[in-house]
Formats: sequence, structure tokens, C-alpha cells
Amino acid sequence: MTINVSMTVNGTQVSHEIEPRMLLVHFIRETLELTGTHWGCDTSNCGACVVRIDGQPVKSCTILAAMCDGHEVATVESLEVDGQLDPIQMGFHERHALQCGFCTPGMLMTTRALLDENPDPTDHEIRVAISGAICRCTGYKNIVSAVRWAAEHEAATANREG
Amino acid sequence: MATVENLPSPSSERPIGFGRLKRKEDARFIRGQGTYLDDIRLPGMVHGAILRSPYAHARIVSIDTSRALAHPNVAAVVTAKDLETLGLAWMPTISYDTQAVLAGDKVRFQGQEVAFVIATDEYSANDALQLIDVEYEPLPAIVNARKALDPDAPLIRDDKAGQRDNLASPTWEAGDEEATNKAFAEADTVVSRDIIYPRCHPAPLETCGIVADFDPKTGQLNIWNGNQAPHAHRTVYAHVAGLAEHMIRIRCSDIGGGFGNKVPVYPGYVCAIAGSIVAGVPVKWIENRTENLVSTGFARDYVMRAEMCSKDGKITGLRVDVIADHGAFDSTAQPTKFPAGFFHIVCGSYDLQASHVKVKAVYTNKAPGGVAYRCSFRITEAVYLVERMVDALALEMKADPIDLRMRSFIAPGQFPYETTTGWTYDSGNYAETMKVAMDIAGYDDLRREQREKRDRGELMGIGVAFFTEGVGAGPRKHMDILGLAMNDGADLRVHPSGKAVVSISAQTQGQGHETTFAQIVAEELGIPPEDIEVRHGDTDKSPYGLGTYGSRSTPVSGAAVAVVSRKVRDRARLIAATMLETRPEDLAWEKGRWYVKGDPEKGAMIEDIAVRAYSGEPMPEGMEGGLDAQVIYDPPNLTYPYGAYIAVVDVDPDTAQVTIRRFIAVDDCGVRINPMIVDGQIHGGLAEGVGIALMELLSFDEEGNCLNSSFMDYLIPTALECPDFELGETVTPCPHHPLGAKGVGESPNVGSPPAIVNAVIDALHETHGVDHIDMPCTPARVWAAMQGRAEPPQ
Repeated sequence: MTINVSMTVNGTQVSHEIEPRMLLVHFIRETLELTGTHWGCDTSNCGACVVRIDGQPVKSCTILAAMCDGHEVATVESLEVDGQLDPIQMGFHERHALQCGFCTPGMLMTTRALLDENPDPTDHEIRVAISGAICRCTGYKNIVSAVRWAAEHEAATANREG
Repeated sequence: MATVENLPSPSSERPIGFGRLKRKEDARFIRGQGTYLDDIRLPGMVHGAILRSPYAHARIVSIDTSRALAHPNVAAVVTAKDLETLGLAWMPTISYDTQAVLAGDKVRFQGQEVAFVIATDEYSANDALQLIDVEYEPLPAIVNARKALDPDAPLIRDDKAGQRDNLASPTWEAGDEEATNKAFAEADTVVSRDIIYPRCHPAPLETCGIVADFDPKTGQLNIWNGNQAPHAHRTVYAHVAGLAEHMIRIRCSDIGGGFGNKVPVYPGYVCAIAGSIVAGVPVKWIENRTENLVSTGFARDYVMRAEMCSKDGKITGLRVDVIADHGAFDSTAQPTKFPAGFFHIVCGSYDLQASHVKVKAVYTNKAPGGVAYRCSFRITEAVYLVERMVDALALEMKADPIDLRMRSFIAPGQFPYETTTGWTYDSGNYAETMKVAMDIAGYDDLRREQREKRDRGELMGIGVAFFTEGVGAGPRKHMDILGLAMNDGADLRVHPSGKAVVSISAQTQGQGHETTFAQIVAEELGIPPEDIEVRHGDTDKSPYGLGTYGSRSTPVSGAAVAVVSRKVRDRARLIAATMLETRPEDLAWEKGRWYVKGDPEKGAMIEDIAVRAYSGEPMPEGMEGGLDAQVIYDPPNLTYPYGAYIAVVDVDPDTAQVTIRRFIAVDDCGVRINPMIVDGQIHGGLAEGVGIALMELLSFDEEGNCLNSSFMDYLIPTALECPDFELGETVTPCPHHPLGAKGVGESPNVGSPPAIVNAVIDALHETHGVDHIDMPCTPARVWAAMQGRAEPPQ
């Protein structure tokens, strides 16, 4: 049995016949071949699979693709627009906030969502925001620093433009 | 337009060679464009899944695969019987033992591989696992290593001819027993402790997996597999599959962390290869998280008893007796001649009179291993033990733990220093590094604060650890793995454009090799790092070498890259002499340029020399064209990084929750090629140490059921458990490494658990009488210790 699922992914309307049990992470990776979104645990603990659904960061291994019918999904591939990196991507590079890179897409989507909601988070607020995501490489210190970098960069840009 | 390639950076941040250069590999990772194992897709590819044993020890009565085979999407179901016909039912382990690829007569640990299903897609493959009927006859299981050698213990490895008990390898000793007895007889203080370094797991965020693609037309076997030692794996596959090595190509694309877990060859790899050979199509198999935790390389599981003694206020002797739990098949990772790895570095950083170490390894009905979880072959266990014992001794002597260490350190003038177990430490100034850590911590103020808090009923602890590691294995005269010398190759080609490609046998799993190794060439040849491509992870495109683990990359491969760069520089000198119409000995080098001594204006840049090397112009007499070189580097000794770590913890008196408030890490890893990457390595290792000390544990019930088979139960520290690490450094260059570097990746994992546990005990000793607690220091375990009921982890 298959069902039809339609949603907007990174601004593009997609429509596919899939098994009803298919997880969103597999829909994104296998059906749409957007492999930037990773999976690491199967139990909603690691956060490597975080994407945004209607703006909210969601673990895509914990939701069926069918549940996203009619919704807007954004993956890590959406961050760079017309060759322009998102400040959060720049911050991760500037502050060496990634090593093996496997958790990075989930971390980027989680922290982008944080900054959209709270443009000037404290270090503790950043740590709380990423506490649902595991990084085995960085010890988190540089991720906190990267988010601060992005927050400051965006504030400075807003000032210049404002 | 801002991209990673052209982000504005002041020139001071863009050094030619060493320095805080931002990473080249980031560009793909921050865009989600890394290529990890599960991202590999080949035309016609099918998917494998493994049926695993629910029992820790059982006889297999029957396996019925007929219902699975009837599944419309299933292509094949492979069992031990099928593998037997291919001669692949058993495979060699990294420790000269054998391991069942698929269980035939018996299963020997929970999670052991029993059948391999190949289907058109992953969902179907997993569905089909439910359709395989296996009848088991459960047997009593051995879970506790201390009971493995009991006379009535069931024999686990009855498959091995002549095996009469559960001893996995003969008792191994180091040091001098008699001299140690004498040291203890002469001592004025002696302490003893039973200490367990419990079983834990490297748990890289990306699990293990493989894509195997055998081409029946050409006989070529293509493998994609995230592993830490692709050349060694290829040699193993060549032996197992009976193929010539040049008919096997292993590609490690991006690897989502390894930490020792991706060193061994696993049964799933052999199943996928066999599946592809039989089916003639590419087969992908990738573990889920539970499979990773319950079946692939665990770490530690050392059950230790130790005694330490002192005389006149100084540590003089150490005696250690270890039972090593290697699980059902001995696939512990270490050089051949060292069945307990480098555990005998347990004499630590101290000028001892004598020491003696005894290790025996046993089989149990638990998953096979153990690998070195971010550790140079059991050094983590050794450092944990000695640093716990020093604190135990300090407690007994009522001495400050730092004072006792300072009094007992090997002094700077004693290097090179031969330890009581036979290591030759090449350099060090331990007291200086300890002092830097004390300064950053504000040690005296912390002790004052602790006293004040104690008066208010608050529990604060300060823990210290000082470690010396031996990394960069290793000299071929001393060590090998499966008969393979632990050397690494480098191949450097400077092209006519003056840009270069350096191929290395080290295998990054996130360590930043593409940046660091480019910086080494840049430093040596003056070619900008952005013009140097680092190639690795493809056995067809890189020289032979043993890969990345045991902090080997910089000590061995880094040295190889430095030496090969110098070879190219020497060739460039001869060419430059021809170009400048002078003698080579009249030339001097500065970054990127040979010039005439006494006439510095007259010189040749490396890119001009490269043009000349490939041009139609004459070369020096007897010299071939081109500007290439190759090297296989054989390190003359290990390198010995060291460090002083201080942890400050608070223990909640009501919940026994341990919070690490501060962590100070001062590392001496010699010369730092990219200090930003070094800091990042230290942060990551410290986080793992926080996990091991507080949370990470693979435990089992009496029947051998693994109780921590997902990230719901195997707890990895998050940003909330990790403090804002405070780093410091001292620099004592390694005297025998061409760059003076020593390696750093594992130091923080080695040094942090004892510092944290020492801090927890320091918080609880005076008020609650706690003088030992085994890891992990979970609230339940700490609470039990506070009530006088401390128990070892099971």
C-alpha cells in the first residue's frame, strides 16, 4: 500500500507515492536524495536528523513523512541562498564548531531556529537549545561560540542596514 | 558575496604554514555536502540487514529461512552454512583470534550475527528479519570477568581446538616482580584498591557500514567503508577473499567519527562482500544504533587490583593485577607483541623504584573487543589506574594530591628516562605543566572555597590528574599489527603550476587532516596551503600505511609528510643550482625559495623550480625530471605527550548529582601545527571523558542481556553536562619528530576521567568517608557511595 504525500521542501513543491510508514528522514534522504540530513540513533536522542517543519526544529526520524503532508520542510540544503552562506554556517566555520561534520546539519538547523526566535541568546540559552543534539567531536564549546558569532554578525549587519 | 572560500580574513590569520588556519574541509560539511557511508548510492544496489542473537549464550538448534525467502523483495538469506561453502564462516580478528562471521552451532554473545538478509530496500530487509525462525537452546552465560576462570564456568570457545578454559591469551607481565616486592618491603605507606574501568563504547555519531560492489566481469572488488585503516583492511580482505590486493579498492569517503570503533573488520562487512560476490550487485549494509552499541568494538572492561607504596613522602612502587574482559572473540586492538596494549605505561609520570604489572585476558559472553576508544592501546586504563592510586596514596598520607605528584615526578634532567616497565620517555617538564594548570585553576583559592563550602554543608571537589601517553605507534623494530609494520607513507607531487598533491595513508574521521597536512607541506615548501590538496581514504590513490588511531596521524603520517616535503626541497635545490648556475651548497632556503648565499636577490621560487622540473630545459646531471618524492616513515620511538588536568565538581547533597563546574586542561603535545584544531581535539576528548566518568556504561544482567543498547540508556554528554573547558599549554618539542610534534587527539580522553573521579571522591571523602567509586559516577552510584554502599558496575 502506498499513499500520496505532498509538501514543500526547501521552497519546492514535491509529491510522491510512498509507504505510509516511511519516516521523514528516509523520505528526505532516499526519496528526495537530499543527503545533508543525517540519522545517528533511531531513538530521537542525537539530533543529527533535525530539519525545520513550518519553522520549528523537528527530529525527522521521529515523524512520518505522511504527517508532513501540506507542510513546509526546510533542510540544511536550504541555508545557503544564491551562493550566500547563512551566518550560522559562517559562524561554524569561523569558530571551528565542527570536526567530522556528521552532527553539523542538525546543529545548524537547531541553532538557526534558535536565532530566529532569540537573536541574542546567552551561552546557557544556546546550550539548552542544543541539548537535544549530540556532538561527539567538539565538546560543544566551539558550537556555543559559533552561535554567538552568528548572533553578533547578524546584529552588526542589521545595524549597518538599519 | 561571502563564501567560505573568500570570507574576509586578516592576513595575520592566514599563515603560510603553521597557525590557526580555518579548515578546508568545512566548506562541504556546513553545506550538508559531506559524503558519508549511507550517502553512497550505486545503480542496482541492494540492502543487507542482520538477524542477531537474543541470547548471550545458546546452542542454535535450527534456522528456517523459508518465510523470509518468500518475501517478494528479498533476494537472498545467508547463514553460516552458506558461508562455510565459501570458506567465509569464520574470519581472523585483529588479535590472531577467530570470530564467527555468522553463528553456526552456537551464539556466544547477545547481538551476535546469525543471518544476513539481502533485499531491494532497507525496510524490506528489516521486515524479512522477522520472518526468520531460529530455535535456540539457551546455555548458562559468563558475564563477570572475575568468574570466567572458575572451574565450573561453561567453556565459551569450544570451537577452538585445545581450548580448555576461558583464558583468551596467556598472562602477560611487565616490570620487575622481585624489585617491586623489595620496594613494598621498604615502603612506609602502602595503599590498595580494586578498580574497574567499566565497559564503554566509542559510539561515533555515524554507525559502521559498508557498500560492497564486486564486478564479476573484471573480478574487481570495490568497497566503500568508513574505517580508520583502509590499507590494513584491504590486506585482511585480500587474505580472507583470496583476491590480489590490487583487485580490491577501498574508499573511505567522509567518516562521521571513529574513536577506535572503526578500526576492526566486522562480520557485517564480510557478509556484504560475500553477498556482492554471490549476487553480482552492490550490497549496502549499515548498522542501526543498537547494532553499533551491542556488537561492534566496545572499549575498556578492565578489572584491576592495584597497590601503590611510598617512602619518605615520594611514590616508590606499583603493583597491578588485571583481568581483561575481551568478550566472546578476542578482537582487542593492539600491536601483536603487546597483548595488553601499552597498559604497562601504568608507571605513569613518576620516578618509581620498581613496578610490576600482570594482565590476563578472558572470554565472556559479551560482545567482542576491546578497541581503544580514543586511546593509544590501553593507555587510558593505565592512566586512570595510576592517577586514582596516587590520589588514594595521598589520602592515606594526608598529603595534597598535587604535592605528592610534584615530589614524585620524573625531573626534567632525567630525560630520556627509562621507566620501570621499559618505556623510554624522550622529554618532559612535568612540574612546569602542573604549575600552569594550578595557576589557571587558582588552586589555592579553590581549596579555600572548598573549606568554606564544606562548613556550609556543600559538597565541592577538586580533582587532579597528570598523564604521560605513548602515542604514534610505532617503530617497526618494536611493533606490528597482524605482521604489518606500523609505518605510514606519504607521496608528494608538485605539479608544473607549483601546486601540489600530497597523498597520505592516515585516515581522517574529523581530525582535519586536509588542513593540517597541507599546512605541513606549506611550512616546509612555502606553497600556500590552499594550493595543496591532501588525498586520503582511497587505497588506489594513497601509499600504504596503517591509518589513524592511537594518535598516530601527526606523529607518524605528519612526520612522513614533513620528510617527503624535505626530499622535494632537496631536489628543488639541485634544480635551482642549475637554474642559477651555481653549486647546490651555495644556496640557502627561505620559505618557498632557494637563493644564493651572499646574493639574496638572486634566487628561484618553488613554483619556478617546478616549471623548470617539467620543462624541456636541462636537468642537473643524472637527475630525472619532475618534482615528486615518496617516503615510508618508520618512527624511531613513540612520542610522549603529557598534561595536567584539574576538575572542579559540585555534588548535590540531596540528589548526588555531579556537576562539573570547571575543567582545566593543560596539554604539552609539543609543537602545534594548527592550534585551533588542537584545541578542538582537546575539547572533544574532554567531552568524552566527561561521558565516561559520569554517564557512559555498557552493563549487562546476569543472563548477558545488554542494558544500554540505545542512546536512551547509553548516555552521551550533551552541551549541558559539559563545562566551558579552560585550556592551557606548555611546549616541549619531541626531540625525534621532524616537526617536534607529539600527537594530541587522545590525551583529553585519557586524562579527564581520573581527574573527574578524583574530584568526586575529593568532594565526598571528608564528609562521607568515600575513598573509591567506580565509574560512571551517576547519581545512583554516587548516592550509594555516600551511604557506604558503593558497588562495582556490572
